[in-house]
Amino acid sequence: MATYQLNVNGQTKKVDADPSTPLLWVLREELKMTGTKYGCGISACGACTVHLNGVATRSCIVPVSLIGNQKITTIEGIGSDPIGRAVQSAWVEKDVVQCGYCQSGQIMSAVALLKATTKPTDTNIEESMGGNLCRCATYVRIREAIKRAAEQLA
Amino acid sequence: MLTNRRLQLPLFVLICILGMTCLVLSTRAGSTGERANPKLADGLAAWEQVYSVLVSPRCINCHTATDYPQQGDDRHRHFANIIRGREGRGVPALSCIGCHQEVNADSTGVPGGPDWHLAPLSMRWQDTNNRPLSSAAVCRSVTDQSKNENMDGRALLTHHQEAALVLWAWNPGRRPDGSMRNPPPISHEAFVAATRTWVEAGTPCPRAK
Repeated sequence: MATYQLNVNGQTKKVDADPSTPLLWVLREELKMTGTKYGCGISACGACTVHLNGVATRSCIVPVSLIGNQKITTIEGIGSDPIGRAVQSAWVEKDVVQCGYCQSGQIMSAVALLKATTKPTDTNIEESMGGNLCRCATYVRIREAIKRAAEQLA
Repeated sequence: MLTNRRLQLPLFVLICILGMTCLVLSTRAGSTGERANPKLADGLAAWEQVYSVLVSPRCINCHTATDYPQQGDDRHRHFANIIRGREGRGVPALSCIGCHQEVNADSTGVPGGPDWHLAPLSMRWQDTNNRPLSSAAVCRSVTDQSKNENMDGRALLTHHQEAALVLWAWNPGRRPDGSMRNPPPISHEAFVAATRTWVEAGTPCPRAK
């Protein structure tokens, strides 16, 4: 076990964890921030996506020992970001969610996309969101919501 | 008898001329190519060692000609819809560094190194069917400064000695199942020594077959 000071959504959080523990489980089990979901555990589905220094990152495969001083942003904190807020608003407006399990990761990826590409094309969306799977197949509404958020932010 | 003596002199002269011609020709042949430059032969042999590393999975998996990286010793397509992106670093929500951290994550089996990314397409070492290019083709590519980020021989040697992602190949970490990834076929020291020999020979490339 080791002690880590993590910067999560702008706050310093102290956790005791085995160095090999994936960030996902530190968030969910130690910090009780359960908005970030466990899907596959091998970075194949995107449900666990958070931002590390603004980079969409699969938290299920990043050991806590490698986080260091990087700023962690989770679904619980993304709404304080203007782009995050716009994406969440568009998600509600377009009624994207069906079961909702993957949507935390979808939103975190959508925010990362819009931070890099203010007016994404269908191709941009398909490429960037290609690592986020949705068993309910809400992909069409996800694409609409991303475009709507881009409009709102323009 | 007299006739024979008359013939002896021209015959002797002819033999001398032929001998001199052979000598001159053999000297000229030796002035080009490997016989006149033992360094060239050594350089070409060293290049083959360098090539054996460049086309090993640890290196060539990120020197693809396609829109995606590869992984594993069988060089299969990277899973999870990973694509190259404009600068070889993936796309905004699916970037290389979104999984690959600065160092290997042995507990989860994800390799890592500083600024994990694909080599540019100008440095592709395979064809679009994922077959490694020939030794001659890779050599031409590696030595073409318009393709290799303007690296001359000395810079190539430094790259092979020091570049973080090159060094990673000999410290590739564990697979998700906990077993160690295989490094390239020769040690890093041997790779650098071979590169040095090749560079000192003037970075010669084998002829295309």
